Amino acid sequence: MSTPDTRETAGPGVETSAITAAALALGDDALVLSHRLGEWAGSAPVLEEEVALANIALDLLGQARILLSLVGDEDELAYLREERSFRNAQLVEQPNGDFAHTIARQLYFSTYQHLLYGQLAAGDGPFAGLAAKAVKEVAYHQDHAEHWTLRLGDGTPESHDRMQRACDTLWRYTGELFQPVDGLDLDHTAMESAWLDSVTAVLTKATLTVPTGPRTGAWAAGAGRQGLHTESFGRMLAEMQHLHRSHPGATW
Amino acid sequence: MTSDSWPLWEVFVRSRRGLSHTHAGSLHAPDAEMALRNARDLYTRRSEGVSIWVVPSTEITASSPDEKDPFFEPSADKPYRHPTFYEIPEGVKHL
Repeated sequence: MSTPDTRETAGPGVETSAITAAALALGDDALVLSHRLGEWAGSAPVLEEEVALANIALDLLGQARILLSLVGDEDELAYLREERSFRNAQLVEQPNGDFAHTIARQLYFSTYQHLLYGQLAAGDGPFAGLAAKAVKEVAYHQDHAEHWTLRLGDGTPESHDRMQRACDTLWRYTGELFQPVDGLDLDHTAMESAWLDSVTAVLTKATLTVPTGPRTGAWAAGAGRQGLHTESFGRMLAEMQHLHRSHPGATW
Repeated sequence: MTSDSWPLWEVFVRSRRGLSHTHAGSLHAPDAEMALRNARDLYTRRSEGVSIWVVPSTEITASSPDEKDPFFEPSADKPYRHPTFYEIPEGVKHL
């Protein structure tokens, strides 16, 4: 099957600029995490939490639609690209795991995304408008993740163990978030140190140990922005794309 | 953990400044902070509100259906208790 490469979807004669590359990276982060959160629908621990996760997923989907529309046709980009053409960080594609894994992923990602959109909103780049709106949504995602981290970490011995395991497992995917992205003129070093401060404060308050494993280098993950993804991502994409691929152009 | 082990909370939402909080529904949550957040997600997602109260359902004392007659019946035939003889000035919307 031919892969609509992003250069083609941007239209003939339209060069894939650094800005569309950045929109693709941020848009894919939002799209993929939105789908992962959506997988909780029907199987969340409680009804109230299912609605909370679905709300967060819908916020992210809205961001993804705006960002991907800057690159090309949003449906083509979401449903017809192959795995190697996705530019999301590997953190967001990690499976939901138990509820603690989902919350750890939310904590790591929303803390990053809040800093990211905060910086973008303060600038005057092409993403400032989107970021100014999204930063409020993401502030809530971060609040949600922090409250759950506190309750699971400082809860029962079992919830503490599970939350610790989740934080440790996902730690190595967090370094990638702060690798420079073409088209985003950001202070990644400042963002990373603010991220570490914020996450350390939450984990400590939750009586959890801040993981000590590597976040960058050979033993860490982090090639999602270059199109290399982890094993479970292919399966997730197959599920996300099969309807559109089986019934092209289907509407409802 | 199931929602059975979480206490029930009643949710009150103020839809606009100047109006009072109105009962919107109920939900399960482990504590007040989470109840507030769940209420935000369940009852104010489509900009229905500017303020939320959550109250533990066990803290609410309700009148009993058995007491309906002594409680409410006596006011039924006293129209002079209703402010229906005033003309409402134009521009007053929430009276």
